[in-house]
Amino acid sequence: MLTPTRPRTHAEFSHQHAGHCESGVASALLRHSGFDISESMAFGLSSGLAFAYLPFVKLSGLPLIAYRTQPRALIKGLRKPLGVDFSFETFSGPERGQARLDELLAQGHVVGLQTSVYWLPYFPPEMRFHFNAHNLLVYGKEGDEYLISDPVFEAPVRCKVEDLNRSRFAKGVLAPKGLLYMLNRPADQTEVSPAALRKAVAKTCRGMLAPVPIAGVKGMRLLASKFEKLPNADPATADFIGHLVRMQEEIGTGGAGFRFIYAAFLQEAADRAGNNAWADSADRLIEIGDGWRALALSIARMIRARDPMDTGRLAQMLRGQADAEEALFRALAKTTG
Amino acid sequence: MDLQEVPQERNTTLDGQRKVVYAKDAQGRLRLAPSQGWEVEEIVTTQALSSLHHLSTQALEQVRTGQASSLAYWMHERRMDEALLAQSTGFWRWRVRRHLKPQPFASLSASQLERYAQALGLSVNALKTVPT
Repeated sequence: MLTPTRPRTHAEFSHQHAGHCESGVASALLRHSGFDISESMAFGLSSGLAFAYLPFVKLSGLPLIAYRTQPRALIKGLRKPLGVDFSFETFSGPERGQARLDELLAQGHVVGLQTSVYWLPYFPPEMRFHFNAHNLLVYGKEGDEYLISDPVFEAPVRCKVEDLNRSRFAKGVLAPKGLLYMLNRPADQTEVSPAALRKAVAKTCRGMLAPVPIAGVKGMRLLASKFEKLPNADPATADFIGHLVRMQEEIGTGGAGFRFIYAAFLQEAADRAGNNAWADSADRLIEIGDGWRALALSIARMIRARDPMDTGRLAQMLRGQADAEEALFRALAKTTG
Repeated sequence: MDLQEVPQERNTTLDGQRKVVYAKDAQGRLRLAPSQGWEVEEIVTTQALSSLHHLSTQALEQVRTGQASSLAYWMHERRMDEALLAQSTGFWRWRVRRHLKPQPFASLSASQLERYAQALGLSVNALKTVPT
């Protein structure tokens, strides 16, 4: 999986369908530079798994619920373990942002962008929400269209210059400000070291077990308490609990809020480091992921009134997830010492 | 989730696109597997869209009865709220809220109308009217 290949030119860029936009972009940039890495390995190596419930950050009136680390962390998190370097640039306005993108494309670079999903016309209309932290790669330009490799799409797509500019300079929470990034220095090693894997796993364990009320398993328990306070009869309750499922499944997480991607990483890491304990943890995490999917199913059934709305039961399921994840990450933390 | 359990429920919200998820093969290894959608996702997305749709039809009704400006309709039609429209135009939020009323909206200058039209991806003429 991790054998080095020769660097490719931009004409040879090969699109690969991924479970999530940012880990898809990060692994695609590395593969293009000649360092073959899977999406799940990139996700795990950058310690991407997390949980956060931020009641004070509102997206369309609903709190931020995240199953992964903050935007850009999946890219930046690869710097240390692989010795790579990414450069990031933001711009004051669309003219400058477009000029720089065009310049880099003309030089043959493959460029990553942060964009707003709402203003990308190639997205299905029903998926176009004002979400500003969507990542994609631009690998060329033909006439007034950019050639785009959007990792969550099956095949490469095209986007008009005007539309992409609008999307790059959308305003609001997590505004992209035209952010573009690229790989500056390729990996200084030919494969991922077991030491880097241990460090990455340890960091994820610390995050999941952090003594902070809004993060990790404590964040899940805080959200469970919030669930209990939602009145069953209030129509806004359906919006709130549905929002959890959208963040967990719909936005592109590889299933179960990144739990399956991370389990895939643990399997690969177990092979690389010859660590059987990680393979066992992967199996447990797959079961925990199935638990998250069961929670999503219960929520959907309540929204559709196939089951009576019962936020107490959902809170109980969420606490079950928190308990299972706490046990898993405590055990996993012991394997990294 | 096993490979054969990967949902293929042809979600209308995906518009024919497939996404990929990670699922377990017969050897217990996780692999990328394409999915045509899961009804659960369709339900929650439809729920979110219908809440937004409700806001825009409500606004449309208020525009017709003279209680709201066409800006109120277009803000919701573009799936925005006051906070996002304020950030997108550079107007203070209290000013945006005022402009959602017919009289203050009618007295906007051409350049102020242009700011709203630009943020909403509309022409100024379209911004001043609502669908019949």
